[in-house]
Amino acid sequence: MAAVAQAPPAPPASAPARARRGRVPAWRWAILLVAGIYFLLPLYAALRFAGIKAYGSVFSRTGFTDALWLSVRLAIITTLITLALMVPTTVYVHLRLPRLRRLMEGITILPIVIPPVVLIVGVLQVAPGSLKATPWLLALEYVILAMPFAYRAIDTGLRALDVKTLTEAAESLGAGWGATLWRVILPNLRTAMLSATVLIIALVLGEFTMASLDLYETFPVWIVQFDQTDAATSVAASLGALFVTWIVLMLITWAGTRQARRTGGGEVTLFTVARTDTTTGS
Amino acid sequence: MPQTDTVAAPEPRAGSGAGAAQSPTRAGPLKSAGTALARYAGVLPFAVYVTLGLLIPVIAIIVGAFQAPGTGALTSANLDTATHGVYLQGFENSLLLSVLASVIPGILGLLIAYAIFTAKRGRVLRQVVITASGVFANFGGVPLAFLFIASFGSTALVTGWLGDIGLHIWDWGFTLYNLAGVVLVYLYFQVPLMVLVILPALEGLRPAWREAAENLGARGWQYWRHVGGPVLFPSFLGCVLLLFGSAMSAYATAEALTSGTIPLTSIQIGSFLNGNVIAGQENAGKALALGMIVIIAVVMTAYALLQRRAAKWLR
Repeated sequence: MAAVAQAPPAPPASAPARARRGRVPAWRWAILLVAGIYFLLPLYAALRFAGIKAYGSVFSRTGFTDALWLSVRLAIITTLITLALMVPTTVYVHLRLPRLRRLMEGITILPIVIPPVVLIVGVLQVAPGSLKATPWLLALEYVILAMPFAYRAIDTGLRALDVKTLTEAAESLGAGWGATLWRVILPNLRTAMLSATVLIIALVLGEFTMASLDLYETFPVWIVQFDQTDAATSVAASLGALFVTWIVLMLITWAGTRQARRTGGGEVTLFTVARTDTTTGS
Repeated sequence: MPQTDTVAAPEPRAGSGAGAAQSPTRAGPLKSAGTALARYAGVLPFAVYVTLGLLIPVIAIIVGAFQAPGTGALTSANLDTATHGVYLQGFENSLLLSVLASVIPGILGLLIAYAIFTAKRGRVLRQVVITASGVFANFGGVPLAFLFIASFGSTALVTGWLGDIGLHIWDWGFTLYNLAGVVLVYLYFQVPLMVLVILPALEGLRPAWREAAENLGARGWQYWRHVGGPVLFPSFLGCVLLLFGSAMSAYATAEALTSGTIPLTSIQIGSFLNGNVIAGQENAGKALALGMIVIIAVVMTAYALLQRRAAKWLR
């Protein structure tokens, strides 16, 4: 906290703030440099270890297509169910039951803090046998795991909109609840839903604990199998997945910001919509 | 259980809400109760899904923790097993690990978040850091353990570089395979998680407060001591508690790194699920799971109370 306490002001808006700006870069760059080294050095070490050849050999491994296809299907199903469940619920709570927002936040934080290894104990005990025999049980539980991210992304998107005015305008023009949701609110929530989608996909493509304990060979489980025999391939596959997810996330925030600027919105980040003009915004 | 209360709350609230919503303009109590119920119908699918996917499994764990395997008779033997010997050590280690792996990344994550938050012209920098945080916060397990073994292992790349300049860290007692080593590795996903969750709180600090403080003659540290700090502190503590839960949950990373040499509760539960059990102790795994739920419930109650304080200022 000490470093923060001496930190110069956030907005370079007022005159005294501008005068002190000379001190800003020093501590900021020191922190970001240390963080950059900590996060990039292990990546570099692993890249060197795996070597270039390992990246080509990932695709020809037995089980690569099956594992990837299973993970992709799980990601699609999880995304569809999560959005279909969470978008109407979150919008509805915002509009009609604002008092439930705190409760929703509490419920949707639970899947982050209840360990998946604990949850899967209970799930395997109560799930009907017919469901346990298929990987769809995983998809249904991934929806629970994805809820925190989906709720937060959509909630942030809604806060950036004037939902009340939009809905009242739609209703005064004769639109019902369904038409308002589908034709007015959803188009405005496109960026938030994109953020949610990417976070859900990142989660499903990376989830290991539940899949392995439920004995399904998803992509992360498949990667780990090689660790015993061929560490280089395993590392190459997981680094490849990491970079691809990162690039997709970058593209989506970039596209989202461009779209938001055209429509007069703020800068799009994963969880927050920052105002680009902090000096005039209240 | 505070845990189950929180999850089950939508249904009882629906009842009490029906009573509270009675307004004088409505025709009668019956009709207003009906409309209030209809209002709550919008959250019904969500409530049902959470009940099936989260609440019932958690109840099954709680019930199972008190049942003898096979017969299903009521017993406290599982809890007895789970709170003694190596399992008690598991809880102790998990708690210590989670405290370290939430407070340290909490502070580091706050500093990084503040650094990119104040970089007003660094839109690209901000997007790189935030998207990278989204990716790294989900990174874990065997690949993460491997990244660190490849860089900080006893004969690895970074260890070699440090050795070249005279820092023989492994000779000085450094290792990746004890609790401190696991904390170092956990920072890799905990710090990005902190950056993601604390950013909204930082954005709630209004520039107007800062300007008002400066107009009244406050210096930088006075602003943080009397305005920024008190507003931010509940959010900060809340986020640290979130990290605590995340550290408790981590399973694959710790297992890959230590292969069970440090007893940790999450690994012990996993080995129960994998069938590595002594006959007659099959349900001790559920008792361990119940123990974790109790710890998480305490943490979450604290989190909820802190959020209530934080919400007074952050809108």
